[in-house]
Amino acid sequence: MAVYDVPYMTRTRDLYRAQGYEQDYRWAHFEDTPFTELKKPLSESRIAVITTAMPDTETGRSQRQVYSSNCDPIPESLYTDELSWDKKATHTKDVASFLPLNQLNQLKAAGRIASIAEQFHSVPTDYSQRNTMEKDGPDILKRCQEDNVDIALLVPL
Amino acid sequence: MSLIARHLEANGIPTVIIGSAIDIVEHCSVPRYLHTDFPLGNPCGKPYDREMQLDITTQALDLLENASATNTTERTKHIWSENNEWRGNYSKVADSNREHLRLKGEKRRAQQTEIKASGESRAPMIS
Repeated sequence: MAVYDVPYMTRTRDLYRAQGYEQDYRWAHFEDTPFTELKKPLSESRIAVITTAMPDTETGRSQRQVYSSNCDPIPESLYTDELSWDKKATHTKDVASFLPLNQLNQLKAAGRIASIAEQFHSVPTDYSQRNTMEKDGPDILKRCQEDNVDIALLVPL
Repeated sequence: MSLIARHLEANGIPTVIIGSAIDIVEHCSVPRYLHTDFPLGNPCGKPYDREMQLDITTQALDLLENASATNTTERTKHIWSENNEWRGNYSKVADSNREHLRLKGEKRRAQQTEIKASGESRAPMIS
């Protein structure tokens, strides 16, 4: 079978139609893109990590909202059941396969980055782009600023 | 997640995304994106493959450091498998599952109505 980039937008559109939704989902699209240069070398930078996985707790499983969780110790599991990942081809039992805290700890030890924020942040995927842009975006920004981070690594599943 | 990256970047925090859905991320337009061409779920590397996972995060930091313009995309060198059937299987709609999907949609809409009635404004994407 040929190698090609999976057309997820087309697949999602077809899936919505097959489930009887009359309106196609409209993915966010912008003509312009912001860009900020690094203010200091990576080796002096503090990094934030942001994931779409939720804490594997009773609240994390039931309430879709922004959470901040400790990076140390690295959580042994995160709640990913509601997310649209490929449940036939793989699994999410190894947190390091989607939340790179173990990797960043090694890179910090090697001097590649200065530090990792004490907490990583979970942001829910949301059908409503307005929720993400007007509520979660500003919330995550505030948490990053309070953590005094210089750079951010974001990993959607 | 692309929207969050754009918001942070617009407010002075440089960002890099590691992901596996290149069409969605590039459609949105983000500053820096590292693409791992794997089934959705393990953008940071195959489960338990520590060497690959470190390599991918290292490449993401390199991208953060070296990108000189916005909309910079790179790909990791890693492949999931010689067998590429997963590419065709994800979210497949076929005659064999059409009725199942229709019923799933009906059930979901009933749940959504209930959730909305309870005052909750958030709903995940369908899967």
